[in-house]
Amino acid sequence: MKHFPTLLSHEIRMLLVSPATYVAATLFLAFMGLIFTKILELFSGTPQELSPAHVYFQLFWLPACVMVPLLTMKCLAEERRLGTIETLLTTPVTTTEVVLAKFSAAYFLYATLWGSTLGFFWILKKFSGDARFLDAGPLIGGYLFIAVSGLMFVAVGVFASSLTRNQSVAGILGCVMLATLILGGNALSDSPWLDHGLLRSAKGAVEYAHVFSHRDDFTRGVIDLRHVLFYVSGTVLALIFSILGVETKLLHA
Amino acid sequence: MSEPAPTAIAVSRLVKSYGGVTAVSDISFTVARGEIVGFLGPNGAGKSTTMRILTGYLPATSGTVHICGLPVATQPDEIKRRIGYMPENNPLPEDMRVSEYLYFRGRLKEVPRRKLGPRIDEVLEVCDLKRVRHKIIGQLSKGFRQRVGIAEAILAEPPVIIMDEPTIGLDPHQILIVRDLIASLRGRMSVIISSHILPEIEVTCDRVLIINQGRVVAQGTPADLRREIFGHATYHLELAGDVAALPATLARVEPSLQTTASGEPGPDGFRRITVTTPRPDELGEPLLAALVTDRFRVRSLAREQPTLEDVFLAATRRSWDAVAAPAPAARQETSLK
Repeated sequence: MKHFPTLLSHEIRMLLVSPATYVAATLFLAFMGLIFTKILELFSGTPQELSPAHVYFQLFWLPACVMVPLLTMKCLAEERRLGTIETLLTTPVTTTEVVLAKFSAAYFLYATLWGSTLGFFWILKKFSGDARFLDAGPLIGGYLFIAVSGLMFVAVGVFASSLTRNQSVAGILGCVMLATLILGGNALSDSPWLDHGLLRSAKGAVEYAHVFSHRDDFTRGVIDLRHVLFYVSGTVLALIFSILGVETKLLHA
Repeated sequence: MSEPAPTAIAVSRLVKSYGGVTAVSDISFTVARGEIVGFLGPNGAGKSTTMRILTGYLPATSGTVHICGLPVATQPDEIKRRIGYMPENNPLPEDMRVSEYLYFRGRLKEVPRRKLGPRIDEVLEVCDLKRVRHKIIGQLSKGFRQRVGIAEAILAEPPVIIMDEPTIGLDPHQILIVRDLIASLRGRMSVIISSHILPEIEVTCDRVLIINQGRVVAQGTPADLRREIFGHATYHLELAGDVAALPATLARVEPSLQTTASGEPGPDGFRRITVTTPRPDELGEPLLAALVTDRFRVRSLAREQPTLEDVFLAATRRSWDAVAAPAPAARQETSLK
C-alpha cells in the first residue's frame, strides 16, 4: 500500500477539478435543501411526533441511488476506455491500490457532500433559536448511518464501474444495483409469499439486509453492530469483486 | 576479444493465446543492454501483445521472459520498477497539466521526492516540452502528447524502455525529433520500439525483429536481413559497347555474375543492363575496372539496395507462404493416399 497516498491524492484532485463533481454537488445540495425546506414547512404547519432529522434521513435512498453512480461511474470504466489503466498498472502499483484509492476518493466526496448538509441544521438552529430542533440522537445516528451505509453504496458503484468500459453503462448498472439493494429489501420484506414453504428461511436473510430498518435503528440512536458488520462486509466483498473485475478484464484483454 | 553485452531482455518460447486465438506463437529473442531494437510487423502480428507481456501487464500462456535477469511471471512488481512503457495510442489523462502528470508518475515510479523536481526539468528539456509544462495535456497537439508519453517513459531512468508506435500520427519534423530522442538513449537504456515507418526503424534501431502471425520471421541488423532475405547482390549498369563480349568480362570479375536484364540501346548507344551475383560483398569497383579495360563506355553503375520495406514485405510474404503451404510430411502422406 506504498502508493496508496499518491493515488488517493491524485484521485481527489481529479474529482475536484472535474466539472461533473460540481454539477453532482450542486444538484445534491439543491435537492437536499428542497427536502429540508419541505420538512420545515410540514413542521411549521402541524405538530409532529418525530424530529426533523428523523424525517430528513428517510429520503436518503434517492440521493444514494442517483449520486453514488454519478460519483463512481467514471472511476474504472473511464480508465479502461482511455487505456490509462494500462499505463497505471505498468508502474509498481497494484490493482488493489488503484481500486482502493478510487473507492476512498469517491467515498470522501460522498461523505463531504452529506457532511455539508449539516449546515441546514445549523441554519435552522441559528434562525429558530430553538435547540429542540437539533435533536442530537437522530442527527448523530442519521449521519452515522449515512457514513456506514455509504461505504457499501460507494463500493457497489465502484464494482459497477469495474464491469464495463462505458461509463454510462456503469452508471445505469450502479443505479440498478443500488436500487435493488436498498429498495429490493423493502419490497421483499413486505411480500407475503416469503412466509410460505422453503422461502421462509430466506426471510431472515432479507430482513437482515433490510436497509430501511437499519436506517430506522440508527436514527433512533440504536447502533447495532450486526448492521455495521453487514455494511463493512458488503463493502469488502464489493471491493474484492471490483479488484477481480479489473484483473479478469486484463486476463481476457 | 570484447565481452558480449549483458542481456537486458530475454524472451524464450513465448506463447500467448486467448479466446482460441494464438496471438504470440513461440517467440524467442534477446536484447542487449543499451541496444535499440525495432519490432516490425503487419497489424495483428502480435507486436503489442508481446510488448504488454514484457511489461508484466499481460500474463503469458507459456514461455519465459526475463528483464534484467528477473522473471516477469514471478516478479512483476520488480519488473515494473525496471521498465518505462509507452503503450499504443499513448493514453494520457486529459485534465492534468504536463508537469503535474510527470510529478504524479514520478511518485508512482518511486523516484525520490528531492530528485523528482530536477529530473522532471531534465526530461522536459530533453523532450523539448519546457514551453508547454503548464499546459493541460488535453489541449496539446499530437506531437507534444507523444513527447509527453516518451518523457514519462524515460522519467525514472529505467534500464528498459518499451514504446509501441511512438511516432504514429506525427509530422516529418516531429518524427525527426522523436527519432533523435530515441537515438540519444542508445548505450544508456535498452529500447524496444514498434513502428510501421520502416525508414525510421532502419535509422534508429541497431537490430530489427520482423514479426508476422505471432512468430519472429526474421531478425538481425538491416544489412543482415537484406542478405538473409534476398541472398544476392544486384548491379544496374548503363553502358555502351559490344554486349556480346560482356559475359566474358563479367566472368573475369566473378564467375557467378549473370546478366538478368538487358535493355535496347538508345540513340547514343547506351543501354541499361542488370547483373546479379550470389556474392554479397561489394564488386562495384572491380566490375567498373574490368568494363573500362574491355573498352566499354560506362555512364553509371549502382548496386541495388533493397529497402527495409522490401525486406519486410519479402519476410512476411515468406512466412505466409510457409503457413499456406502444407508440411512436407503431410504432402507425402496425401500423395500416398
